Amino acid sequence: MNATNATVARNEDRPMIHIRPGEAGVPASDLKPKLRIKGLNFYYGSFHALKSITMDIPERKVTAFIGPSGCGKSTLLRTLNRMYSLYPDQRAEGEIIVDGEDLVTTRRDVSLIRAKIGMVFQKPTPFPMSIYENIAFGVRLFEDLGRRDMDERVESVLTRAALWDEVKDKLGQSGQSLSGGQQQRLCIARCIAIQPDVLLLDEPCSALDPISTARVEELIAELKSDYTVVIVTHNMQQAARVSDYTAYMYLGELIEFGRTDELFIKPKKMQTEDYITGRFG
Amino acid sequence: MSAVPQPIGAASVVHSSNPLYRSRKRVNFILLAISGVALAFGLFWLVWILGTLLYEGGHALARATLYYQMTPPPGGDGGLANAIVGSLLMVSAGTLLGTPVGILAGTYLAEYGRDGWLANATRFLNDVLLSAPSIVIGLFVYSVFVAKVGHFSAWAGSLALALIVIPVVVRTTDDMLKLVPNSLREAAMALGAPVWKMITLITYRAASTGIVTGILLAVARISGETAPLLFTALSNQFWSTDMDAPMANLPVVIFQFAMSPYQDWHRLAWGGAALITIAVLLLNILARAFFRKPE
Repeated sequence: MNATNATVARNEDRPMIHIRPGEAGVPASDLKPKLRIKGLNFYYGSFHALKSITMDIPERKVTAFIGPSGCGKSTLLRTLNRMYSLYPDQRAEGEIIVDGEDLVTTRRDVSLIRAKIGMVFQKPTPFPMSIYENIAFGVRLFEDLGRRDMDERVESVLTRAALWDEVKDKLGQSGQSLSGGQQQRLCIARCIAIQPDVLLLDEPCSALDPISTARVEELIAELKSDYTVVIVTHNMQQAARVSDYTAYMYLGELIEFGRTDELFIKPKKMQTEDYITGRFG
Repeated sequence: MSAVPQPIGAASVVHSSNPLYRSRKRVNFILLAISGVALAFGLFWLVWILGTLLYEGGHALARATLYYQMTPPPGGDGGLANAIVGSLLMVSAGTLLGTPVGILAGTYLAEYGRDGWLANATRFLNDVLLSAPSIVIGLFVYSVFVAKVGHFSAWAGSLALALIVIPVVVRTTDDMLKLVPNSLREAAMALGAPVWKMITLITYRAASTGIVTGILLAVARISGETAPLLFTALSNQFWSTDMDAPMANLPVVIFQFAMSPYQDWHRLAWGGAALITIAVLLLNILARAFFRKPE
């Protein structure tokens, strides 16, 4: 790689690389951060899983978290919608600021936060109800739509998720009767039906076959025009294909964060380069 | 046997004359035979019991009078109508009283308490109650309710039955809810659902067949319980649907009639026993059929 890498000290830098507006041809308006993470520490009981993470997730872009197993990327993703609140021995310290409010210490009802920051999990989890009801469930939590409005909403999100044509004749069938790829697209449709601002995707394609994976990746590329997307993936090629920004994590620390094309072609840290070239992890 | 390794497929090692193979086959046969004999032994008693019930009680079951005439005095002609109705009423009341308590407690254990000290203590006490002899429950309701109120009643009987239903339903609800994968709960929470909606709309639905099976099994259990009713509802010779008074019921009637010296009473007792057995059998079949539907 280039000469600067040889002089970069390993493991000692504070893991935050900001891209300043105007640098490398990136227009400033591109970088309005939707989520600002500051000094986030996370613990599973006494295990220190995330170590002082500081990062800005830009709005309406796809940000990918990559790293070897156990590096904390899923943990970090799950802090962003307070999923850890479900488990008493998990706790977070630090700040996650969204729209001026700190998620970690907020007094607001957590379910309101989760309505704005949706999550899709690794294993597709359709509810044990019809396809229509799967989508209507989320909408009904916050909105009182009449039959016709609900039908429109269901159709529009299923269309957005590239699933409408396949299921329009069987909306009454159980969501669990669909194939894996369809179920995952159903989960994505369910997520966007409540009109969140942010979509958190936790390895959404790892349980899918290559064709379904390609469909979901196309979907992600379309969705970013309206949503801020954060995706965790252990598949580096996927991160390179799909994301605008990438964060490389290792053992609970953020090692490097930058534009995807730069990070993959000219990483600023030796560790990142080792991981990307497969020398490690 | 040669100590030199033979090439794969060499007939001399893998052949039915191989003594190791022969002894394995012998042991297999012996154990299979023992299992078969044990099975036959168990089935023999079961078939004998069912056969006796159906044979002795079959005559009584076939007569229509069983179903609409009251329990007769000795020597009289009659049926078990009041006992059948009484059993139905008290089993229904006991189920209606016990099921909501059981489900809500089971929900607390699986969704809120989880592994906490209160939840674990509750589970332990629940298991103790589950295996408590039903006569103890009957005596308890007698001292707490019947003695205080001053008379036997169908309400007391229903209460005793409810106390038997509760631990069964708590146990099955807890177990079935724990089988629902956490990923389903997280998916519902991730949409912004409050905890109670996640439980009622998603988790209950996912565990519904299991919970209903638990309720059906509880019903099957209390249908045949005699001891708790002996001290609470007693019995009644006449037609009565007054829940505040002693009420006839199949198990106690069978008990009374079977111990008597009268032939026709014996016949009616057999009929009652066969009726209960068939009803419980049907309920179990229903429970299994219901449970198998989603697969």
